[in-house]
Amino acid sequence: MSATTTDRAVSPWTLRWRRFRNHRTGLASLFVLFLLLVFVLAASPVAHYLGVDPYETDLLSQYSPPSAQHPLGTDDAGRDELIRLMLGGQISLLVGLLATGVGSVIGLFIGVVAGYFGGRTDALLMRFTDGMIALPLLPLLIVLGALDLTKLGFSSEFAHSSAAGFWRVVIIIALVDWTSIARLTRAATMALRDRDYVRSARASGGGAGYVMRTHILPNVATPLIVAVTLTVGRVILFESVLSFLGFGIVVPTPSWGNMLNNAQELVTTAPALAIYPGLLIFITVIAVNFLGDGLQHAFDPRSER
Amino acid sequence: MTRFILRRVGQALIVLLVMSFVIYSLIGLMPGDPIDVMIASNPGATPEVVAHLRAIYGLDQPIMLRYWYWLVAALQGDFGFSRTHSQPVLEVLGPALLQTCKLMFASFILSVLLAFALGVAAALKPGGIIDNIVSLFAFAGISVPVFWLALVMILVFAVQLHWFPASGISTVGDGGFNDYLRHLVMPVTTLALANTGHFTRFVRAAMIETLRMDHVRTARAKGAGEGRIVMIHALRNAMIPVVTVMALSFGSLFSGALITETMFAQPGMGKMIYDAILGNDFNLALTGLLFATLVTLLSNLVADLAYGWLDPRISL
Repeated sequence: MSATTTDRAVSPWTLRWRRFRNHRTGLASLFVLFLLLVFVLAASPVAHYLGVDPYETDLLSQYSPPSAQHPLGTDDAGRDELIRLMLGGQISLLVGLLATGVGSVIGLFIGVVAGYFGGRTDALLMRFTDGMIALPLLPLLIVLGALDLTKLGFSSEFAHSSAAGFWRVVIIIALVDWTSIARLTRAATMALRDRDYVRSARASGGGAGYVMRTHILPNVATPLIVAVTLTVGRVILFESVLSFLGFGIVVPTPSWGNMLNNAQELVTTAPALAIYPGLLIFITVIAVNFLGDGLQHAFDPRSER
Repeated sequence: MTRFILRRVGQALIVLLVMSFVIYSLIGLMPGDPIDVMIASNPGATPEVVAHLRAIYGLDQPIMLRYWYWLVAALQGDFGFSRTHSQPVLEVLGPALLQTCKLMFASFILSVLLAFALGVAAALKPGGIIDNIVSLFAFAGISVPVFWLALVMILVFAVQLHWFPASGISTVGDGGFNDYLRHLVMPVTTLALANTGHFTRFVRAAMIETLRMDHVRTARAKGAGEGRIVMIHALRNAMIPVVTVMALSFGSLFSGALITETMFAQPGMGKMIYDAILGNDFNLALTGLLFATLVTLLSNLVADLAYGWLDPRISL
């Protein structure tokens, strides 16, 4: 930084961006994620260009090798593999972002309430959080994924729609993956709680809800960015394994996980098809994790550059 | 110390009790119920018969009452009968639990050894070539979908190279020890690789922090050899947070075991729970999930105790 030092004050965000730019893997991941986004969004233009319908099954052209019309060949139902990878990516990324969003809201709420009120409320909520962290989450997710929505009072029509399948995955993952956000929020809230400006807001008659909204939440947001990023990666992994096991996104809607449903068959008949979806999950999640690492570096005041 | 242990055991019991109710309710919300399964093979069952059966089995009673009956029976060691195995649940559960413990234990040991070797090597020169390679490996371990890793292992080592069998725990007609080991190699390696990433990052971070501490500088100033500094002065202190984190990871280790067992057709708890949920075997699924929770809670308890034992400064 020595060469660029000027007399002007540098905003924290400029400083963070500078530090992030110097984090090679972080920057590279941002680029990879951008490419992935372009790839998944290209689904309908490419489908239109190739003239293929990704939902149309054709059992006569099962597992056909790559050709001009099907650049990556076709799957077990004769559907175009490339387009389904793109569409599946849309679903997987969307689940990743939405479930992280919902989970963050839960985590923020629990964390702020526990940190702000302290005492018994804090003890109870944190024991609950600790209990959640300790649980084997995957079996729990499988049970939640197997629930019969009609028994919860939903109409049978809704329960079997693909929208319900999608939102169910988003919600159940959010229900189990909010703990790291809750703990971070709690710690940050406790540090803020006794700052003078927060005390003064309370002394001026600000209610708990008001103080939390205006003084606590905006200030805990920044340290959460890293945790939220890492959560996206974890959520994508959860979605993929749930869909793979048949309790997440279900066909005909493709997701990177459920494209490997018949993996045992793929391994012997079409090994390439067993590789693609998993490789895309792997690349996405590792890029998200490296991005989180880069952000951590950028947000850590102890980082030198 | 005794008070601390008692309090933690008490907390664990409460968590277990709450979880048993949550799981019990969730299982009740799964598609179908035992009566549906019963009448599936009997198309002549009239609605009156069905209602009568529900009444006989108590399924028309409120959930709290049913849970209470279940809890009383469970506390006496009666977890019911497994539908798909036609055996008492505990008799199905025993061998599966043993199988899973073997898999988890072997993978845990392997990944701990790998993580310490890699983490310490990386921490010796942060930012160096070894550190970068280890970091890449650790990130890959965290980011890989375990089921896909298993798939790739099967593809490469079973289908292409024919080095190891792709599934099962032994070859029919060959029950030898070597055969048994050959079947364990791929599941154990897969599960271990999936955990090594997290562990390595913790070891590396803890080692870097410890190597900067005053007592390490003092040891160096007094002329202690680098090997002694790393192994005696730094590693022992770095182990404290690492051991806790490792023991707390049993929940995710179990999740990993579920996937690994399903992929490699190992008759363990994970696969048993998965099959039980798929096959509407309610008693087995319920008990399996509870035992999985119990094992995790126990390992967390051990982690707490190990923490106090490793770090004498913490008075419990």
